[in-house]
Amino acid sequence: MVRVVFTANLERHLSCPETTVSGASVREVLDAVFETHQQLRGYVLDDQSRLRQHMIIFVDGKTIIDRVHLSDAITANSEIYVMQALSGG
Amino acid sequence: MSSQIHIATRKGLFRLDRNSNGWSIGSPDFEGEHVSMMLQDYRDGTIYAALNHGHFGVKLHRSSDGGVNWEECAVPVYPEGATLGAGPFSTEAEPKPASLSEIWALEPGGVDQPNRLWCGTIPGGLFRSDDRGSSWQLIESLWDLPERQHWFGGGKDDPGIHSICVHPENSRQVVVSISCGGVWVTENDGESWRCKGDGIRADYVPPDQANDPNIQDVHRLVQSPSQPDIYWAQHHNGVFRTTDGANSWQELSGIKPSAFGFAVAVHPKQPETAWFVPAIKDECRVPVEGQFVITRTTDGGETSEILTKGLPGEHSYDIVYRHALDVDETGNCLAVGSTTGSFWISEDGGDSWQTISTNLPPIYCVRFVKT
Repeated sequence: MVRVVFTANLERHLSCPETTVSGASVREVLDAVFETHQQLRGYVLDDQSRLRQHMIIFVDGKTIIDRVHLSDAITANSEIYVMQALSGG
Repeated sequence: MSSQIHIATRKGLFRLDRNSNGWSIGSPDFEGEHVSMMLQDYRDGTIYAALNHGHFGVKLHRSSDGGVNWEECAVPVYPEGATLGAGPFSTEAEPKPASLSEIWALEPGGVDQPNRLWCGTIPGGLFRSDDRGSSWQLIESLWDLPERQHWFGGGKDDPGIHSICVHPENSRQVVVSISCGGVWVTENDGESWRCKGDGIRADYVPPDQANDPNIQDVHRLVQSPSQPDIYWAQHHNGVFRTTDGANSWQELSGIKPSAFGFAVAVHPKQPETAWFVPAIKDECRVPVEGQFVITRTTDGGETSEILTKGLPGEHSYDIVYRHALDVDETGNCLAVGSTTGSFWISEDGGDSWQTISTNLPPIYCVRFVKT
């Protein structure tokens, strides 16, 4: 299972506890999380389902490359951190 | 006279209450958050606050109990595949995907449309809700117009709808204004639209383009409640007014000390009376000679008077954004907030002003509570 952790600063706005889901890409993993946390989707992705401009995602310690389609591959034991980029202020 | 004011700022939504000791500022809701727009719906009292989180996007909250409790409701969402036009100043060869970046206007529908809200956004979409913000629909009749592809940003990177005027006697007539995309009018509740800018001119394009209605940067558009065919427009290049429902516009050359600014407010009962907050010019956005003033005309803009009593006479760098000047239902009480966190109130139509604070966050929107 993939471990998904969200920046603690999101807790100011809504509940988003650490969770474990399955999926073969960042998109699949996030979609699995959003199935049970629907409101969270708009906080992470924009209207066109891209990663928001000032958000950043790490997979096993490396930032993802594909911020549009979220196609970066992950392994069954990956750790995903959804964080704020400092560019957002 | 109104006794309550909301102030949307860079770091929270503040409320001012007037009691026997004068005006007092309360603790903010959404402390630390960028509140780009707010509305207290005069029809049912619901308060709406549009937040613009730097990282997490735009959110809309509403309160049905005067701000004691808030709930997050829906925001307008651009449909999958929606794009902006490349625009005349774009460096991108391809149209870029459209995504909500700011709620810039929020207005109630007519009294005959109790749950209707209109929402103007950056990057240029007009949205409508018929359930108090629980869901939103993009007004495709405006978004799909080929002219929309030529709108461009003014002060912001992308075009935005900042003014929405719902006719007080005919809610099917709505006028919106875009920076930069001119003034657009629907007579049929948004089924079709016409751009109306005859007489408005722009200095920031070549002379043969100056009168193109679709490139006009009206900074703020307000409608006279007492004579709804009269609209006042503070434009990038001056002040304009129409008395025939936006069909023709006249430039007003009598506005002193300068014609550049963002905000305009019109008297609720006297359509010839309006207030402005001038700055030097577009390339130098500070008060003229460092003196912060409010300008008032009482004759439809033929002449104006500069109001200074109680306002800073020197070393002022306060600029007032387009939504940060308001007048109450009597026309006697005015409130104005600046980019440097200063806030003033007049209770005599602008003749004199009292300083409420010089330490608030940058102010985006000031609104009296109206009934």
